[in-house]
Amino acid sequence: MEFSIHTLGDFAFVVRFPNSSNLVARRAAASLARHLDSSHTPPSVVECVAASGTMTIFCDPLAWRAATVFKRRDVSVSHSPSPEDFYNLLRASLDELTRDDGDAIANNDFMRCTIELPVCYGGEFGADLEFVARHTRLAPEQVIELHTGGDYIVEMIGFAPGFPYLGGLSPLLATPRRATPRLKVARGSVGIGGTQTCVYSIASPGGWQLIGRTPVSLFRPQVSSAPSLLRAGDRVRFRSITPQEFEDAHEIVTAQE
Amino acid sequence: MSIEVLQGGLLTTVQDGGRYGFRREGVSVCGALDEFAMRAANTLVGNAPDAAALEITLAGCALRFTQNYFIAICGGDLMPHVAGEAVPCWRPIYVAANSVLDFKGIRTGCRAYLAIAGGLDVPVLLGSRSTDLRAQFGGYDGRALQAGDSLSCLHNGDAAARLREKLAASHTNIQFSFADWFVSANVRPTRAAQTALRVIHGSEFAAFDEPSRRALFEQIFVVTPNANRMAYRLRSDEKLKLVAPREQFSTAVVPGTMQVPPDGNPILLLADCQTTGGYPVIAHVIRADLTIVAQMKPGDSLRFVETTLDEAQRLYRERERTLTQLRYAVRFKMDERT
Repeated sequence: MEFSIHTLGDFAFVVRFPNSSNLVARRAAASLARHLDSSHTPPSVVECVAASGTMTIFCDPLAWRAATVFKRRDVSVSHSPSPEDFYNLLRASLDELTRDDGDAIANNDFMRCTIELPVCYGGEFGADLEFVARHTRLAPEQVIELHTGGDYIVEMIGFAPGFPYLGGLSPLLATPRRATPRLKVARGSVGIGGTQTCVYSIASPGGWQLIGRTPVSLFRPQVSSAPSLLRAGDRVRFRSITPQEFEDAHEIVTAQE
Repeated sequence: MSIEVLQGGLLTTVQDGGRYGFRREGVSVCGALDEFAMRAANTLVGNAPDAAALEITLAGCALRFTQNYFIAICGGDLMPHVAGEAVPCWRPIYVAANSVLDFKGIRTGCRAYLAIAGGLDVPVLLGSRSTDLRAQFGGYDGRALQAGDSLSCLHNGDAAARLREKLAASHTNIQFSFADWFVSANVRPTRAAQTALRVIHGSEFAAFDEPSRRALFEQIFVVTPNANRMAYRLRSDEKLKLVAPREQFSTAVVPGTMQVPPDGNPILLLADCQTTGGYPVIAHVIRADLTIVAQMKPGDSLRFVETTLDEAQRLYRERERTLTQLRYAVRFKMDERT
């Protein structure tokens, strides 16, 4: 499996799998991230983040030369580990991951949880539902049906804490982002942007088309073990609820915070 | 033990060394924009370098100390005063109970860091006391300080107590006293009217056309008013253009990353930036030079100069060595018996 490495600033590297299909690339990136995150973590690595077929390795600038960077080989102190050194480490790690079982990457438990999010569609909760319906030449009810009928996968978490980019949106629902972003999108808003769908995990400016809102909290800073409800690789489904159900659930969620 | 906020000022927030380990959950790093100044201030009062301190922006902040406190102010010179008298920066200061510290305006720079012995006592969230203004958590209730707020400090060590006694003994009826030693000007990051920031290539550097790649290193960029803790938008005469339009996927970004949106004006990302970005990345300002960016304000001009990965890392480590030396020097001063 081929990959390339680029520096990201002066203390991080991005690994890309350019020739792999999207799914294989995602799985390879996730495997590598987990491999480096486990007992094989070199002392200089702070964290690894897998996203959409890339993996980013963030390094601790002070541990860089103080300790052996890789357990597999000593790095001479006369120079900092170069992209080439990292390439060799990752090559070795990938080879090890696929050595015993050629399908180790294909079969890993990359797909994790399935989370069902209740969403109240339209009205004050989804100000752009009518626009999306007109753009896609569907009735609003059909938009909701197609959206709730989908099986989505979290491609990555970015843009904001806990904010998921979801793949798997029906092509029939694809709608370009708003020409002028809104100054404030309410937390929990469900959006369509191009061929992806998302959920705003925090209140923020935003340009996606808003079709509904979920009362579920996608970002909980008090939960240090898992501040983001969703992680790359999780599956997501949506379920339609009434405004009353939204209010009831929202009251419970905010009382807990 | 408390510090009362009389005026919040333009933007005063609690910041520490930043929030690491949660980037995969989309959590921004945040933390002090001028890492060096914050660490120096903490070191001068005997705190761990990454203890929580106040980042004070431009002007307007006023604080009342309800008890005797041991503090230090480093970074930009925002003209701190107590009881009408100027307070010197880059050295430990002893302020007496009921003193009011206010910042009269900008002499140099943009941000000052106020460290207090013991470090600020706010809850630790996701491993840090830094304020995430965008996601509204951390620091002081996830927001900037306002009039009426009240801060307290964690217990500070005994070495600081000895220096505090020495400083207290040297003041009679003025409300503050200060050490006669300070962080020498020649180890502080320097700033000139037209500062050259060192950068290394971004992953899309080669995707920009030849005139743009040259322009990056030849022309002057100006900080526009659209400048905040998330990013500084820059403006220049010649816009930066790609060779050909390309589909850009969201990729990881870090503070220092320079993205170029379709309008050709680069965006320099800083501590509060998102973890991912969708624009082509032309270059990254090296971490050691972000301390200089932190002291720039709208209207300031800058240029870029190319450097290598090795040089960038060497400069950062050199900066950290300076802080370690400072730590030893301060400890020595605190233990002095005279």
